[in-house]
Amino acid sequence: MSDRLLDFAIRYGFLILLVGLIVYFSAAAPGFFGPLSAAFVLQSVAITGILALGVTCTLVVGGFDLSIGAVATSALMLSAYSMVILEHPALVAVILCLCMGALVGLINGLLIVKFRVPDLLATLGMMFLLIGLQRIPTQGNSIATGMTLTDGSVAEGTFSASFLWLGRHRIDLFIERLLPMPVVIFISIALVIWLFLGFTRHGRLMYAIGSNERAAGLVGTPVNRYKITAYMISGVTASIGGILLAARLGRGDIASGNNLLLDSVAAALIGFAVLGAARPNAFGTAIGALFVGILLQGMTMMNAPYYTQDFVKGAVLVAALVFTFYLSSRRSGAGH
Amino acid sequence: MSVDALTVNGLQKSFGNNHVLRGVDLSLAPGTVTVLMGANGAGKSTLVKVICGQHAVDGGTLSLMDQPFAPTDAADAIRQGVVTVHQSIDDGVIPDLDVANNLMLDRLVDPRHGLFVRERALRAEAAKVAAAMGIEVDLRKRVSDLNVADRQMIAIARAMARAPKVLILDEPTSSLSATEADRLFALIDRLRAQGVAILYISHRMSDIRRIADRIIVMRDGAISGAFNSKPLDYEAAVTAMLGHQMTDVDVAVQRGISPVLQLADLRLHTLAAPINMTVCGGEVVAIVGLLGSGKSKLAEVLFGLSQPTDGSITINGQRYEPKSVEDAIKNGVFMSPKDRGANAVIPAFDIADNMTLPFLKTLSVGSFVTAQKQRSRTREMISRLGIVCQSPSDGIGTLSGGNQQKVMIGRWLMEPAKVLLLDEPFQGVDIGARRDIGRHIRSTAAGRATVAFMAEIDEALEIADRIIVLHESAVAGEHANQDIDLAALVADISGSVAAPTGAQT
Repeated sequence: MSDRLLDFAIRYGFLILLVGLIVYFSAAAPGFFGPLSAAFVLQSVAITGILALGVTCTLVVGGFDLSIGAVATSALMLSAYSMVILEHPALVAVILCLCMGALVGLINGLLIVKFRVPDLLATLGMMFLLIGLQRIPTQGNSIATGMTLTDGSVAEGTFSASFLWLGRHRIDLFIERLLPMPVVIFISIALVIWLFLGFTRHGRLMYAIGSNERAAGLVGTPVNRYKITAYMISGVTASIGGILLAARLGRGDIASGNNLLLDSVAAALIGFAVLGAARPNAFGTAIGALFVGILLQGMTMMNAPYYTQDFVKGAVLVAALVFTFYLSSRRSGAGH
Repeated sequence: MSVDALTVNGLQKSFGNNHVLRGVDLSLAPGTVTVLMGANGAGKSTLVKVICGQHAVDGGTLSLMDQPFAPTDAADAIRQGVVTVHQSIDDGVIPDLDVANNLMLDRLVDPRHGLFVRERALRAEAAKVAAAMGIEVDLRKRVSDLNVADRQMIAIARAMARAPKVLILDEPTSSLSATEADRLFALIDRLRAQGVAILYISHRMSDIRRIADRIIVMRDGAISGAFNSKPLDYEAAVTAMLGHQMTDVDVAVQRGISPVLQLADLRLHTLAAPINMTVCGGEVVAIVGLLGSGKSKLAEVLFGLSQPTDGSITINGQRYEPKSVEDAIKNGVFMSPKDRGANAVIPAFDIADNMTLPFLKTLSVGSFVTAQKQRSRTREMISRLGIVCQSPSDGIGTLSGGNQQKVMIGRWLMEPAKVLLLDEPFQGVDIGARRDIGRHIRSTAAGRATVAFMAEIDEALEIADRIIVLHESAVAGEHANQDIDLAALVADISGSVAAPTGAQT
């Protein structure tokens, strides 16, 4: 009996907690429950969620990507540089950013697979490199229309309207101008990654690599290729996050995106606890991101000061990890 | 006759239901090298771990120089004078420290040593130890820069610095080259002359011929043979180790129709003799040999994991040169690897995902895995092999060893193979599952060449039409599995025909 209870708790505990949280905030904070508030929560987690989905892919193959935050801010600066200084159209800027993300992922993958650098160290190095690199073209300044360049001229380019549309447009749903574009993109990416990891043979093989790399190799899985692919997916999703951030801000702000890495890693790790998966999974990651968003939104509406936010996120993460690793180990222990 | 250094009486040890040591008696005399032989799972390692204090005994007694000996832990055993050098050398040395520090490690652990390291004194002391052991390496070199033999010497030298009464060496030559091994043997000779009782665990015949004063053989947790006086009967020792009581499995020997797999002048390494063999369709060939006989290497070559230095392989007359596992599988060569825990099982997956892993492509539409097809194919294989489970979605970890192995073998029976390689298919498998697997492999053998790599003779007798013996990377003999001459087979395995000089030490 207690075994079944434990099993139930592991499977649905986190989702029940999430529903409980929503019910509590709806009762305690007037205005929390409603489409506008929901759209706001979604918007607040969209970019971290997209990054978290990418890092989930690297976690699946038993790796880790610490460079996602830096890839996102690099994409932010690159898109601004491309449009404001080089005066490219929006499409070119977007393509440049996506290619940059894929390239960084490829380099990460090659460092790990070919040069045998441990994943944490390779991506940590890449993170440093990118944080430094993105400051060099502008001597450490933020990019905005009208800024003075090194040769004394003034940057004439602007963020094009179609680029800003990506970050600022809102789609009509029930209410006019309800759903922001980043949310739509977040949900689409979540769906694609969920299908890819959960239902395709590629996803299955990636999980196999994460669980027993040697065994996966001995059934003929091209292990290295899949690992590199995982890092490239992570790089591309991180650059999408950066593009959306740039489109929302409308300027190449050197200081933004500081929290992206930690928030998205937290979301992916919280995702382990969802449905008792005890492993990285796209659905869990999306729920994990939402969980943090809802908690912060509710607390803000109940006038909790902003500086408590990181503490709350950390507490949720630690609780989720205990939930995942301690309870599941007890469950598998009971199985024998 | 002097007092025995170590005496073991009626030693019992179980892990759960697994009765590993069933009343082991053993005595080690000072100044002799006693070789302990035994196949995998015979209980050698457990015996060693009991003697060196890592496991507590369940029954029986140990005594050291006629005094009761009951070490509380590994450190206590060392203090009392029983020192062990374990199989994986890197457990015995600290790679990032230099030679001198490694030699003096015990001094550093000693709480009386004081806080600061007296570098000069430490080096002087280390130099003394190194000289006494005949170690000629730069004491300032990092151990990670040394070769395996030197590391081993250092591990042994450190052990000897405590002037032990009993020294246990667990397969010390398993990663040494011939010249490196010679240096080790010279060291062992010196220690023997100093009156140390040495227990030397190995199943490499060449080592055993070189250094053994006595041979003790273990099988299924008990001593199955003891050879105390020279000349030692090596063949009888191998027989005692492998055992060959006839099993009650009747093999209806197939001759095979047409050749499928052919090896022509294949050399596994530059110094090895060329291997020629042919395996026909419908035939099951067992390749037997001791550890280091080249079995594993041959399996790796056939599955594209390593490259032969010379020679050619053909399948159905077509040249076959696999560069990778993917290549091998594409050519219809499948392999169920040995040691399933490390090499085959995906612990996070259920039975269906584990079983269908190599052939997900054929079970997918587009890239999407069709779960239904996957489950029905798995269910089919579960009933064919008699896997005991609730459903295909049981976690692989919930199955017993035998059933797990059935899943791992079943994985490669999902699609027709041209050549099926089975590396130790009965490893860690109970007798019931072993029969099931053997029967199934024989009944499906038509249309492919099946090659099983195994160490145990009775396993080979149970499954094979033909047994090919490898010794030192060369074919030492070939026997059809019909009225087989076991003595000749054992002689081939121990290499006594190939190396007639081995009788004297």
